Amino acid sequence: MSQPVMVSGPISPPKSKNSRWTYLDNVRRHPGPFTGETFNSSEEAVSLMDNLKVLVIGAGGLGCEILKNLALSGFKQIHVIDMDTIDVSNLNRQFLFRASDVGSSKAEVAARFVEKRVRGVSITPHNCKIQDKDDDFYMQFNIIVCGLDSVEARRWINSTLVNLVDDENEDSLKPLIDGGTEGFKGQSRVVFPTITSCIECQLDMHAPRAAVPLCTLATIPRQPEHCVEWAHIIAWEQENPFPTLDNDDPEHITWLYKKALARAQEFNIQGVTYSLTQGVVKNIIPAIASTNAIIAASCCNEAFKIATQTNPSLGMAENYMYYTGNDGIYSYTFEHLKKDDCPVCGNLARDIEVDPNFTLQEFIDSLAERAEAQLKKPSIRADRTLYMQSPPSLEEQTRPNLVKKMGELVGNGDEIGVTDPSLGAVNFKYKVKFSREFRGAVVKENID
Amino acid sequence: MTDIIIDQTPPILHNPSDKEKKYDRQLRLWAASGQQALEDAHILLLNSGSGAVGIETLKNLVLPGIGKFTIADEAIVDEADLGVNFFLEESSLGKLRSECCTKLLQELNPDVKGDWFPHEQGETLEHLFGSEQRFTLIMYTLPIEPKKVDLIHKHASKHKIPVISIHSAGFYSYFRIRLPGNFPIVETHPDSTATTDLRLLTPWPELLQFTESLTENIENQSALEHGHIPYVALLLHYLGKWKDIHGSLPATYKEKTAFRDTVAAGARRDNPEGGEENFDEAVAAVLKTTSLPTLPSSVKEVFDYSPSDVRIGTQITREPMLMDYQNQMEASSSFWIIAGAVKQFYTKHGALPLAGSVPDMKAQSTVYVKLQNIYKAKARQDAAEVLKIVRTHPSGKDIPEAEVETFCKNAAFIKVIRGTDTAPLNIQDIANKEFDSDENAALASMPLSLFPIYISLNATSHVAFASSSDILTAISKSIPNAASNSRLVQAAEEVARAKGGELHNISALTGGMAAQEVIKIITKQYIPIDNTCVFDELLDLEAVMRRILEMKGRESYIGGGVAGPDILRSTASA
Repeated sequence: MSQPVMVSGPISPPKSKNSRWTYLDNVRRHPGPFTGETFNSSEEAVSLMDNLKVLVIGAGGLGCEILKNLALSGFKQIHVIDMDTIDVSNLNRQFLFRASDVGSSKAEVAARFVEKRVRGVSITPHNCKIQDKDDDFYMQFNIIVCGLDSVEARRWINSTLVNLVDDENEDSLKPLIDGGTEGFKGQSRVVFPTITSCIECQLDMHAPRAAVPLCTLATIPRQPEHCVEWAHIIAWEQENPFPTLDNDDPEHITWLYKKALARAQEFNIQGVTYSLTQGVVKNIIPAIASTNAIIAASCCNEAFKIATQTNPSLGMAENYMYYTGNDGIYSYTFEHLKKDDCPVCGNLARDIEVDPNFTLQEFIDSLAERAEAQLKKPSIRADRTLYMQSPPSLEEQTRPNLVKKMGELVGNGDEIGVTDPSLGAVNFKYKVKFSREFRGAVVKENID
Repeated sequence: MTDIIIDQTPPILHNPSDKEKKYDRQLRLWAASGQQALEDAHILLLNSGSGAVGIETLKNLVLPGIGKFTIADEAIVDEADLGVNFFLEESSLGKLRSECCTKLLQELNPDVKGDWFPHEQGETLEHLFGSEQRFTLIMYTLPIEPKKVDLIHKHASKHKIPVISIHSAGFYSYFRIRLPGNFPIVETHPDSTATTDLRLLTPWPELLQFTESLTENIENQSALEHGHIPYVALLLHYLGKWKDIHGSLPATYKEKTAFRDTVAAGARRDNPEGGEENFDEAVAAVLKTTSLPTLPSSVKEVFDYSPSDVRIGTQITREPMLMDYQNQMEASSSFWIIAGAVKQFYTKHGALPLAGSVPDMKAQSTVYVKLQNIYKAKARQDAAEVLKIVRTHPSGKDIPEAEVETFCKNAAFIKVIRGTDTAPLNIQDIANKEFDSDENAALASMPLSLFPIYISLNATSHVAFASSSDILTAISKSIPNAASNSRLVQAAEEVARAKGGELHNISALTGGMAAQEVIKIITKQYIPIDNTCVFDELLDLEAVMRRILEMKGRESYIGGGVAGPDILRSTASA
């Protein structure tokens, strides 16, 4: 029987004297068996990294990890943008924050901490929404790394970066690296805007949770979640206990919890707790440090390889990595294909099934739930404007259309345009396919 | 979707405690019981080499609140440390690495105690292991002196402590878990979609009465009544009718689809919606709910194994006396006693105890709650029967009822991970298997084995730096012609390129994976790997992608030898 045989010698790794970046330089200054032809191991090539500008979007669970990783990967010019302030429930994973930082800006505290810890790195915080920044702002970066918890923000930055691409200017193409986690699971992906599958192309992989019908909440609740949703959507509206609902105010959550609990008792439903109430109202996704570490490091490793060419990166072929640690460890990496009818990076109108007997209002509501659309405040245009969410004058003018049937407003095969303010200037082009026969215009009395 | 825990304790009208607020996002995964296990844990890290991956792992354990950690590391902080380790700062230069890391890690969570070793020069591992303190789990990082590894494994095996070894160099890493004996898990957290068990083919009287009361005179019911019969009752009603006509329940796929059509035909379509939601739900549930549950293989494995079976010749590293003792210890543990009782239950009834949960479905509130109670009552009845068997066991008197209930609720998903032998691997055997299966994998354009990475990293277990030819020479002592295998050569070159230095990203990623495993082992929730995870960051030239694989301990005992690992491909085609 043979046994593993090992090389013998000293344990401490060899170092060039006083060099902080010895280990990074082992790979930056030396090719390996898999490095491509574009790899340049010269000192000049390595020093190019000093001038690369990376934007980190989000300074939360992933963002803290990303900032640490980028700083220790040799990036020197980093910006971070986050509008949030630090909450006590962040402290179980957002390791750049301490209890004394609760209430402060995430971007500012995170930037200050990493700058202090890692010599020679400059981190510029932006305590604002990503939508507050213009194209010129985004144009200055070479790579964008996202650690976000909202689909809307991902779609907004994705469409912004796709629109930024100018064929005449190669610097306008900004690689977008995106990570996301839930519990022990996560994914990371690399997008080369306009060249490879974008966030919008992949939207249907992250379908929204189906909403509970309002009538279930109002009349036949069965689950503890139904009671919480009832308190959240119906009881709050009726009783208005506080001027506006603040999800982070324990007093408000307590009010909802008590309401939900009373309703649950009325219907003999078990399981309403404070924690559940908070989870439903805030749509809380479980999050732990270790999963963030895995996904953030995977994203930053891709950023490092894109910047240094030290090894082939994800992106042009395989572009999506899925990880789960629930049952053992399982991971797989694959190529998600670009869609020609992607509303953001494709140019073909996408087919959309429309029931011609739906009212425009019902159609608009259905757009929020369709996995490939997920549009919450859409405005619709056909050969004329059908409905505009804003400005108020146009909204009022187009409101009468909401009760009309789709079959009255558009024809089978027509193209319609949909815009949503949360997604910037993107115009979703759809080609209407009637799903069944149109039974004729609505008679007013029949409206339910 | 991640299985989210809903706390079932009676609600008390108080705001969450500070600790509940801080740990809210993780309590939703492993609940108070898992948290308590973490807070009771003391983890030892023997840090070695360039020293980042162990600290990154600890970071992910300090944040969720392990009770205590100790870092043993004699290295003095130098410039290169500051380029790879985030838990060191300029003022750490020239100081003891263990002490500096301990202090900066402790800042992350004031509820966690931290200690370092050695406190005084000249203190050795023998001192540490000779002391009174007991560790819940030991981690060590490679490369490391062989005599330290021996000490760790001796100590761990004496006190039955899980050990995780981690090696990260350049773009490659692996970690290996050694569990001391069998490791049973009850709360495996299966996906919520997998847990539906409605027993529609074997209904009990209360469920049938419930169905009858709802489906009596079904044709003449009002729209409201008809549209709110829960699908469980609908399916039972139509199954009864089917049996009346055909003499037996639908068994084949063809029969089941025909049955589905009869269910669909029962829906009323002359309403504004053109159908009924509860019937839609029933139709969608037909195929899933009209098969008799089979015994899951992982449960069968538990039933087939008895801790009192002494398997002579398979555990040559242990003294026979000690082995008997360990066997007795294992046999009298509550898991095996309850497992034995559940097995008896299964033999008698041909089914596992009912879990008792009912998925949401269209129904009136009172009707749904009634249905829930029927399932809950049956689950309680089954658990009570199991408890009765447990109590007949000589050591079963003191097992808490709640533990039996939890076991019964999770009975279909229990799992045992077999302990790992510490004896050396038979490398040549593994190599043959891996390279053989690679030939098929290449044809099927499946990812290739990560064994070359493991063996190349492993060759540098006790040395900081090795050239690729040194690595290949070492490997070729157990694998003839290693130097002519292009994948081994490439792996050796990539390992040599790193010169023993870690890349922070790879160590952060590996530290995240290792920490997930530690959490699973300590909380005894979710399922840890069995037993080695190799990480290949690179885009392999022949294969398609970056992969993470598991090396799994197998029960292939050859001539009284040891279990040889089998590398499982955990990747799937897109």
